[in-house]
This record gives sequence, structure tokens and C-alpha cells, in this order.
Amino acid sequence: MSLGKHLLGTEGLTAEQITEILDTADNMREIGTRSVKKVPALRGKLVVNLFFEASTRTRSSFEIAEKRLSADTLNFSASTSAVKKGESLVDTVLNIERMQPDCYVMRHASPGSHHMILPHTKASVVNAGDGAHEHPTQALLDALTIRQKKGGFKGLDVLICGDIAHSRVVRSNIHLLNTMGAKVTVCGPATLLPPKMESLGVRVTTDFEEALKKKDVVMMLRMQLERQQHGLFPTLLEYYKTYGLTKERLQRARKDVILMHPGPMNRGVEIDSEVADGPSSVILDQVENGVSIRMAVLYLLLGGGENEASH
Amino acid sequence: MKLLIKNGRVVNPAAQTDDILDILIENGKFARMGKKIAAAGAKTFNAAGMVVAPGFIDMHVHLREPGFERKETIATGLAAALAGGFTAVACMPNTDPVNDSGAVTRYILDRAKTAGHVAVFPIGAVTKGLEGKELAPYAEMKGAGVRAVSDDGMPVANAGVMRRAMEYAGSLGLVVIDHAEDKNLTGSGVMHEGAMSARLGLPGVPAESETVMIERDIALARLTGMAVHIAHVSTRLGVEAVRRAKDQGLRVTAEATPHHFSLNDEAVREFSTSAKMAPPLRSEEDRKAVVKGLADGTLDVIATDHAPHTYEEKLLEFDRAPNGIIGLQTAVPLAIENLVLKKKVSLARMVDAFTGAPACILGLGNRGRIEVGLPANLTLFSLEQTTFLTPDDIKSLGKNSPFLNRKIKGAVTASVIAGKLNVLGIGTAAK
Repeated sequence: MSLGKHLLGTEGLTAEQITEILDTADNMREIGTRSVKKVPALRGKLVVNLFFEASTRTRSSFEIAEKRLSADTLNFSASTSAVKKGESLVDTVLNIERMQPDCYVMRHASPGSHHMILPHTKASVVNAGDGAHEHPTQALLDALTIRQKKGGFKGLDVLICGDIAHSRVVRSNIHLLNTMGAKVTVCGPATLLPPKMESLGVRVTTDFEEALKKKDVVMMLRMQLERQQHGLFPTLLEYYKTYGLTKERLQRARKDVILMHPGPMNRGVEIDSEVADGPSSVILDQVENGVSIRMAVLYLLLGGGENEASH
Repeated sequence: MKLLIKNGRVVNPAAQTDDILDILIENGKFARMGKKIAAAGAKTFNAAGMVVAPGFIDMHVHLREPGFERKETIATGLAAALAGGFTAVACMPNTDPVNDSGAVTRYILDRAKTAGHVAVFPIGAVTKGLEGKELAPYAEMKGAGVRAVSDDGMPVANAGVMRRAMEYAGSLGLVVIDHAEDKNLTGSGVMHEGAMSARLGLPGVPAESETVMIERDIALARLTGMAVHIAHVSTRLGVEAVRRAKDQGLRVTAEATPHHFSLNDEAVREFSTSAKMAPPLRSEEDRKAVVKGLADGTLDVIATDHAPHTYEEKLLEFDRAPNGIIGLQTAVPLAIENLVLKKKVSLARMVDAFTGAPACILGLGNRGRIEVGLPANLTLFSLEQTTFLTPDDIKSLGKNSPFLNRKIKGAVTASVIAGKLNVLGIGTAAK
């Protein structure tokens, strides 16, 4: 089953499509272990990394993936671009479009911004994060990590805790994990849990300690200081005391729980170093899997297969 | 000069008329209404198969002039009003400069004189500069032609200021039109807060952002004994609050927009900025409550909140694009399709919501009904024909509408403004 032309979100992806991406990523992993870490799959393809919001790991991860597949890359970030001079997103895309890109990897602060550019491009579009909406490659790399550690998804009890309201990671994970048959609980202070979140097919709770019970997977989200400044919770210390993951709290989960975090971490706010660096943590596996997933997505979207066949 | 409108189904709620009748207009006024009128030398319009109603009034439009002439001018706005079947509009004061003086009111009326036949009734600002602090000079503006005051788009946050506004405006016979929104509760919200906003990751505007202000201003209507008109009610709780206030005999009236009775927040799913406005498209439950409110008269008026924006403004990301959609050319077909033909609202009530109700609220004594001796304003429409509008059919400078390129059952066919016949029907088809 084909992935189609774009990857805008995990909402709407079928279990077959998700499995195909994960299987492809498994095959891609080996390339990174070679002494020459490169295959010609996307030779001659131009991938534009269009980042309107700061990002270190997602962008680096995509860039490495592109290079390993031999694509040509153009990095376009808001700080160096005409966007600062007031150029609109659509105009930016129309300009880059004349450089004949094959793919945009785009991060943008506005939910749905990827939908906006579709009518203006012939290229594939990969969502590298749109506001609090979706971040599909993050959910896919999370899924790859879970599959590696747990063997599958059916019946897994997953807890995602933190700033649910502002998290694109949580939405992409919910859609993907629901499709794959896992059970998802989201947890955080009431001020960071949007109303009707349960309509996405998750359990919603503010009781972190209760929610941790019998969990197979615990995913902690980054808590940004600005949320406190906007009056969504009183102090970082209070947040830590209520929703910070400590070694003691993690013991409420299953013995073989895996601990995940999309990064970057605030040690001592949402997570203690002791657990972040502890035996349950798979946080760095997630980072490593990010490259394989992004290689897989780019390969599947850009018709790497056709390219090879023509040589 | 005589004009004879023949064979139409005359719906005149003020006199509870619903019958096939002829209407004779002489020298710009209604001269006779009855069966089979013969008038030698009269220009005749055959309205067979059409509804003939009093001239429609849209009491909530943004004409954008002065100051925002790239979004709309008085001329283009009135051309859209004419095409949409309206014979009069009331325009909101959030222009640049704000209509908070007799001078700006006179400017608007001067521009309107040469801009078309549709009558314009300016609405003045509640506070100077729409800043929510000092009262604007209502008496001066009334003298220049203002029919109501409103801080539309920039609701008066301070209840003390709102109280004084209602007292002072009320003493002059002006109604305060209330854009009921608590901006603190709205926060950064850009769409209805509910399941769809949770899904899309867009910050939500809770229904209570509207209802706490409606409740506040109902309380102030009780305190002052003065009239308040609640603009664009979008929520079930808001409809219920207005219903309770009316039951208590308070001088509270309200309106609903075609988009709020036609669409719900599902329309935002693809992040179309043509589905972004304030108040936002609400839940299906809210939409149904708005329809019910129109049916039982809790919501007196249908008004468009016609809010043109430029192409490039609406080409922005959803959370950055401005609020508002145009509505003048789609309001009547949407009311026919979603209210009348679905048998949710009677034809007479729908006509009243466009005619008698707004005329009464704005104190337009000569309008809103068909009566011998009054200036002849009529809106003619078909329940059978359909409307299909492309951006090229839109007379407004703004083309920001979610209702373009789709068929709507119902069509405006003609209007009479001060005795002058306008044959309309842009984008209409027989079925």
C-alpha cells in the first residue's frame, strides 16, 4: 500500500502504511552502520528543508537522512530568509518552487500551514511539525522504538504526560497508536489539557501517579518555561513536584516499562536525570531511529524505487 | 412613473399577508396591493413563482470605507448588497478613522449617496476610537444620521463603561449593538473550542467567551432599563440567555448570521481561512440552537456580519489570518436552503428576520413592511431557483467566503428600491 505523495500527519494513515514505513526504516538502519553511509536512492532529487521555527534535532535528523539517500538539500530557515522581511509563506514557496524542488520538509508554528502550500507546489510535502497539530515523523520514530522494544503495539498501555495542549507530538502519537491498537492515556495539569481531548480516543487524567500504573510505555513531554509565564501553572518547581517523572514514580509502571521523550529534555522539570539516563530510558534510541524513519519516509514519498530502476 | 409587480406570492409579515397579489408602485411609493390590478401605462414585472417581500435590510455589515478601501469600498459593498437582494444596510464603525463623530458619519452618507441605490444607515462607535474608555458623542452622531452604536469587533470590556453607554444611548433612542465577547476568555483562540480544535491543535474560543458577555449585558439591560441588541449569537447558551431575558420582559434583541446557522466547526478541518471569523463557527449543537432561536423569534434578525478582507490577508496561515467572511450575496439563498426549505423556520419568520425585525430595532419606521403610502422597497426571491457563485460573481472586493463554487438552493431574483426595479440573478439557475 503506497504512502501517497505527502506526509502531513499520522491522522488517516492506515496500519498497513505505518507498517510499511517502519519496515522500510528497519531496512534503512543498516546503511548508517556502513563505512560509506550513503546510497544513491534519491540522487538528483532536491529536498528543501523549510524551517520557520527553530529546530535542532528534527532538522539535523532530516538532513542526515537526505544526505544518506544522496538527495541534494537546501536549508531555508526563517532567521536567514525573506520571511523576516514580511514575505508570506505562499510567496516563499512560489519562489522556491522555481528551483524545481522534489520535496519540502517543513516546520511551521501555524497548525495547518502545510495544507496551505499544497495548491502552490508540485513537490511532495513532509510535515516536520505544524504548531500543536501534527509531527508525524516523530510519532513514527516513536513507533519504531516501541516496536523494537515491545515487539508490537496491540494492547500496549501508553501514557503521554505534560503539555498536551501545545504538543504536536501527542496528537500524532495518539492517531498512530490508536490505529496500531495501543491504548493511550494523556495526563497533565488541567490548564494544559484541552477540553474534548477524549474525542480523539484517549483517556484523559490529571492524576499522574495513578496514570503511571501498569504502563508499558511512558512518554514525557517538554515543559516550556513560557507556559508558566502565561499563567498555565504556578511554578516550575510545583510542576516538577506534581508531574515530574522520578525514579520512585516510575516504579508504578510495569517493570519492563520504556521511558520516552521527544526532546529536548528539561532535566529536573518534567524528568529526573536518574530516570532519563536510567535502564528504562530509550530516549537516545528515539534520536537514532529518527534518521531511519526520515530516510524511509523520503524514500517512499520520492519514489526512490523508480529512481533505482531507471539506472 | 408606475411599476406593477404582478402575480407574486406576497409575504408581508407585518400584516400577516401570504397570498398571490399584485403590487402597484407609483412615484416611488406603494400605491395599491390587491388581486389582479390593472394599471394603464405601468411598467410590469411578472413575479409569478417568486416571493415578494418587503425590502431586505442587513443591519450588520462592514463597508470598510474610510480607511480600508482595499478590503471594500462603500460602492463595492453596496453593489454586493444590491446583488444579494438587500435594499438597506447598516454599517459598522470600525473604519479608519473610526466612525465616532458626526463628521465620519456624514462622510459615509455622502459617499453612499453616489455609490448606489441601497440605503445606508451608519452605526456609530460606543467609545471614542473603539478604545472602550470614553463615550463617543452619540447626540452629534445621531444628528448626522447614526441609527445605533456598537463596538463591533472591539467589545467594551469595562462593565461600567457599557452601563453608561446603554444609559446615554438609550436616552437618545439609540440601541447599543453588543459584540458579545470576553477577549480575556478568548485569549489566543482562533476557532471554536471543542473536539475539532483539540484535533487540529488550534487554540479554542470557548462558548463561554460569548455567553459571559451576553449575560453581563443582559444584566446591564436590567439595571438600566435600556435596549441592547446582541450581534451574531453563535452558541446554544447564548440563545438560551437571550430567551430567558426576553421572557423576563427585558429589552433584549439578537441576531444570527447565515454562516452560524449554515455551518459548524467541521468547516475548519482543512484549515480554510474562509471558515475563520469571530465568533467562530461553533458545534453542531450550537448551530441547531441558533436555527431554533431564529424559528421561535428568540433571535430576531438575520444579519450577515459581511466582513471583506483582501486576498493576501486571507492567504495567511489560519491562526494569523484576520477574522470574518463576506455574506451579502449568499445570505438570502442560505436562509432559503437551510431555514425555509428544511422546514426549520417559516417563510414569514425568515422574511421578518430580514425586514420587520431589523427595521424595528434600528427605528426605521418607513421600512420593513409593505403598506400603501410607504416608500416602495421590495425583495423578490425564488424558492425554486438555485444560486452558484464563483469569485468573479462577487461584487465585493473581498472574495473570502466558504460558500463560493457550490450550489445553494434559493435565489434572489429582483428588488425594488424607492420604486426603482432591479432585475437581479447573478449566478442563478432554474433548478
